[in-house]
Parts: sequence; C-alpha cells; structure tokens
Amino acid sequence: MSVATIIEKCRADDRAALIGYLPVGFPSVEGSIAAMKVLVESGVDIIEIGVPYSDPVMDGPVIQDAAVRALAAGVHLTDIFTAAREVSAAGAGALVMTYWNPVLRYGVERFAADLAAAGGAGLITPDLIPDEAGDWIAAADAHGLDKVFLVAPSSTPERLEAVTSQCRGFVYATAVMGVTGARASVGEAADALVSRTREHTDLPVCVGLGVSTGDQAAQVGRYADGVIVGSALVRCLTEADSDEQGLEALGSLARELADGVRRGRS
Amino acid sequence: MTTTSNVPAYGRFGGFGGRYVPEALIPALEQLEEVWRKAVVDPEFVGELERLQRTYTGRPSIITEVPRFAEHCGGARVILKREDLNHTGSHKINNVLGQALLTKRMGKTRVIAETGAGQHGVATATAAALLGLECVVYMGRKDTERQALNVARMRLLGAEVVAVDNGSKTLKDAVNEAFRDWVANVDTTHYVLGTVTGPHPFPEMVRDFHRVIGVEARQQVLDLVGRLPDAVLACVGGGSNAMGIFHRFIDDRSVRLIGFEAGGEGVESGKHAARFSAGIPGVLHGAFTYVMQDEDGQTVESHSVSAGLDYPSVGPEHAHLLESGRAEYRPISDVEAMEAFSLLSRTEGILPAIESAHALAGAMKVGRELGPDAVLLVNLSGRGDKDVHTAAEWFGLIGDDGSPRLPDDDGAKGMGVQQ
Ligand SMILES: Cc1ncc(COP(=O)(O)O)c(C=O)c1O
Repeated sequence: MSVATIIEKCRADDRAALIGYLPVGFPSVEGSIAAMKVLVESGVDIIEIGVPYSDPVMDGPVIQDAAVRALAAGVHLTDIFTAAREVSAAGAGALVMTYWNPVLRYGVERFAADLAAAGGAGLITPDLIPDEAGDWIAAADAHGLDKVFLVAPSSTPERLEAVTSQCRGFVYATAVMGVTGARASVGEAADALVSRTREHTDLPVCVGLGVSTGDQAAQVGRYADGVIVGSALVRCLTEADSDEQGLEALGSLARELADGVRRGRS
Repeated sequence: MTTTSNVPAYGRFGGFGGRYVPEALIPALEQLEEVWRKAVVDPEFVGELERLQRTYTGRPSIITEVPRFAEHCGGARVILKREDLNHTGSHKINNVLGQALLTKRMGKTRVIAETGAGQHGVATATAAALLGLECVVYMGRKDTERQALNVARMRLLGAEVVAVDNGSKTLKDAVNEAFRDWVANVDTTHYVLGTVTGPHPFPEMVRDFHRVIGVEARQQVLDLVGRLPDAVLACVGGGSNAMGIFHRFIDDRSVRLIGFEAGGEGVESGKHAARFSAGIPGVLHGAFTYVMQDEDGQTVESHSVSAGLDYPSVGPEHAHLLESGRAEYRPISDVEAMEAFSLLSRTEGILPAIESAHALAGAMKVGRELGPDAVLLVNLSGRGDKDVHTAAEWFGLIGDDGSPRLPDDDGAKGMGVQQ
C-alpha cells in the first residue's frame, strides 16, 4: 500500500504525517525492530527503514556511526524485509531508505519483488536520481511500490518537474543543503522549496534533514505534508547507556514529535 | 549487468559512468558541464591553460629512454614519460589547473579535494595558492601518516588538511567526506575531483585535462624511434594518469594499452585493490563501474603499499576499455612494485612514486613477454620523494623510531633488488 494513503489520512485530520528513520540492525536486528515498534506505538505514521551502507555520502556523523556499528554487528540487506514485515504488521507504513549499490547488487527486480512480498511500501533513494533509475522505475511500477526521489533547495524548476513527475508516495524535500543531522533551526529554505515543489505536483511533499524537536515538527508541519526525523531519533539509541534506556528516550522523543505535528496547525 | 538496459547513454562509456549522486548536486554538475564545454572552445581559456602548462607546470614533459632498467625488462626498449618532472611532482597538476580555472569562471571562491598519496592535494593546494582560492583537502588518517611529507607541503601552501577517521581511513573515505562538504557548500565551492571517476562530467573532463600526456608522448616516441610503441603502460588508481596517456592511442589499434592495479599482498589474500580481478560492476562515488564489494553491496576495503592506488573502485572509462577489449589490466603486488622502485632508482637514478612503480613492474613483465624488439612507453606518473619514508622502512633503512640504520647494523636489508 502506498504511503500516500497514510499521508492523506493525516491530511484529513488536518495535520502533517510523522515519518521516523531508524537503521535496521542497530543495536541488533531485533533491537532495531523493537525500536521501530516503539516509534509506531508513540505516534509515528511511517517508518523509514534505513539500510546501513559502508559509504553513506548523504549522512552526517550520527547516522554514519549507527551504520558502522550495525554493519559490525552483522546486519544483512535481507534483514530489511523482516523489518518491513513487522513494521507493516504493527500498522505503520514501511518505506525503505537505501543507497543504490545494495539494491543493484541484490538485483533491482528481485529486490522490488521481495520488498513488495514483505509488505514494504517502496523506496527512498538518496543517491539515485530519476534520470538513472530506469530499472527501478520499471520494477516499482510492476510491483506497485512507492518511488520517493529527493528535491533540494538547489533544484531548478526543470529538475523539480523531472523529479516530481517520477515520484510516487510523496516527494522528499531536503530542508537544507547538507547531510543528515539535527540542526538548531530548519530555516526558510524548506518552506520556499515546498512551495516551489507544489507548483509541479499534487503529490504530498514531506520535509527532512535537521528536524529534532517537537517545536520544529510543529513548525514544519504547518507547510509540509509530512515531517521526517532521522538523526535525532537515531541518537536516542546510539547515545543510550542501555537498550532499555534507549527505547525509553526514543519513545519520549517520538511522542514529543507526534504532539508537534498534531498541534502544528491548530 | 542489467542496468544498461534502461539508462540513457548520456555521460556513459558503454554502460559505465552516469551520475549517482544526491539531487542537491545535480545543478552544480550541470553548471560544471556547461562552463567546461564552453571553456574548452574559448580561445581565452585554452590559451591561459596552455600558458600555465608551459610556464608553470613545465610542459611538455620530456621522455627518457632507460636502457639500464630495460635490461631487466627482457631487453625491450623502455621509454618513460616524465610526468614526475612536472611542478608539484606528478601528473595531477594537469587536471587541477584546468579545474581551478573553471572554478574562477564559475565565480566560486573555494576548492575542496580528496587525496590519497597527497599528490592531488598538493596540486590542488598549489593551484589554489596561485589563483587565490580557499582550499580544504580531505585525506584518510592512514594516508596522512604514510604520506606525512605531503601533508606538510599542503599546509605550507596554505591549505587546510582534514584527516578523515571514518571507515578504512584511506582515499575512499576522503572522497565521502569531500562529497559531504560539497553538498553543504556547493554555492561557493567547487570539488576538484582528482581522478577519472565520480559523476558525469568528471570522468570525461578529468581525462581531457590529462590527454596532453598521450598527445605529447605519442609524437615524442615517433620522433625518437620512428614508430609507435608496442604497448603503453600505466598504473591505475582511479585511472587518471592511465586515461591521460592511453587516450591519444585508442585509435592506434596496434598499440596495446595495459593498466596495472595494486595487487597488494596478492589477489588471493583479499588484501589488494585489484578491482578488475576481484570487483564487479556497481556504484560508488557517483559512477557505475567496477567496485570491490561483498554480496550485500557493501564496499570492501582495499589494501596497497601505495596510497594513491589504494581505492576500491576505478574510473568508468577503464571499465569500458576492459569490457570492449581495448585495454587490459593486471595486478602488481606490493613486493613487485617495491622491487621495481628500487631497480629504477639504482639503475637510472630516478626515484619513482610507488604508484608509478607498479607500471614499472608491469614493464618488467611485459618486456619479458614481448622480447628485445618491443618498444614500451611507460607513464612515470610521479616522483618518489613523498615515498622516501615508506621505502626506507620497507627496505629496512630506518628503524621503527625513524632513526637511520647503517649497512652493518643487524637487520638492514640494504636496497637490494632481490627484496
Ligand atoms: C604519482 C601518482 N600516480 C598515480 C596515482 C593514481 O591516480 P590515477 O590512477 O588517477 O592516476 C596517484 C594518486 O595519488 C599518484 O600520486
């Protein structure tokens, strides 16, 4: 099922959807799935299941660190299918966020088939632009999967048109020029980018990069259809003294963010 | 590979190449391509680059025939293209001057670069000093240690050197860090990528800035021996010095093009950078090309005594030359490279970069295969000053504490060729 349906439902409640990122495999595969379920219970609508990758050029130190530790702990690509199954069973949308080479290595068509079979909604592809995505677009179309490509503050009108015309599910608007990581303020670039993106598409536009607090979620939720939070959530786990403490911190931040998107437009 | 079926040929060499980068960088790549394509047909740009090559780099670089070294190459005639004599000590300056001039044309004020051996970082720091640009160079921590001299050179030239502690702490991780910087600062910053990989247009553009190597060498060899060489040999890290010397010869079908990768401790050991022996096609750093990777598509760390060849991927045009059969690629082990390093030093008085020593070791093999009638053109991509410490340690000329070890000391191996 496309995550667009979930975002529509949130829109009907006059709020932005809350989308939370966690890498599979940190602190362990089971531990990461337990953490994803905590997010769902705490009011996160869509889980972005991250594939840890050796060379994450779009990620800042927090997510890099989690990826390194997940890989050292022995995570495998196929673990995301388990995570997708459990996340969708828990009632949230299960989108996978991955750099391109792991999918390429697995086989694009085979990956799409297995992801669809596991109940995954689709893919967010930070280093794959639609121009290079012919195989993925064909496979996603064949299996009814979401194709979430990114737009950036630097995107020209031509790029916005080219990218949004290939998206399904939503369009991922990166709030700032830079890598993932919490930032003191999300900035005006995001608001302007969302408006510019809407000139080219009726798809939901969700904003990510830098959001870490309930207030920021409320603020971004006023103009975006979805608020994406990554590093701030991941840090709850990487900086915890124990797994239990990590889940507690995670749940409390998720509730704060969920509250944020709910009061944003009131 | 399947990915070639639906992809446009744009920015591709056969099925290889492309632009696998975050959307945020696409406008910068489009701008770069536009400015570059206009510049290379603009007499002012072409004239300025030629002037710098002549009066700053010292082009044309000479060729040197090396008969005493050639005795160890089956008696074949061996001719070196002396990129080591360029200002800053390697071929890297050819590309950097071109990109630095483009940086000015784009109105940008800051350049960043990745570096492995430090030669590309030194060249970039040099061009930045010359043209008044701010310069930050990313270098893996391991490489800052084994190429300490070049770290000091870059800092003396006014560049900031950032040691990268992620992953394997080598070139691959420096490239990741440079991309991260670029995404955040692309308004003011140009990424001077140092080899023929990365997203389009880098592979093609960097190749064209190095093409002068082969253009000069082809004529110089014709003038010296009256015919084309039988083979052109170069080491292949990312592949820029090799593409630079190969390109002019691609249509000369009688000339074999042979690239030498870092075989490290041997391809069987797994500790190497022999992408064409052990890699498979995939994506790394913006290009679809050969990548050393595990079954999950995670990049596998490379190993080599040579920092400049210690990289798990390779330029996409080389992947194409391999698959089309126009070029061949072979691994050279650390031991073979260091033997050639020693041999050229002792027989010809030329201290090569350890990277280039891989091509020299290749000449020893190919010369023995082809025999005394053969003419080999070898790209001596850089000089070995930066490698004196590594080589001195390798040959036991200094102790662990860096103090000199004299020949009668226990354990000093001297610098024998039998290493
Ligand atoms: C002297 C020298 N040769 C070769 C290389 C390898 O790079 P490429 O394969 O791009 O020529 C380097 C890289 O640092 C170098 O310093």
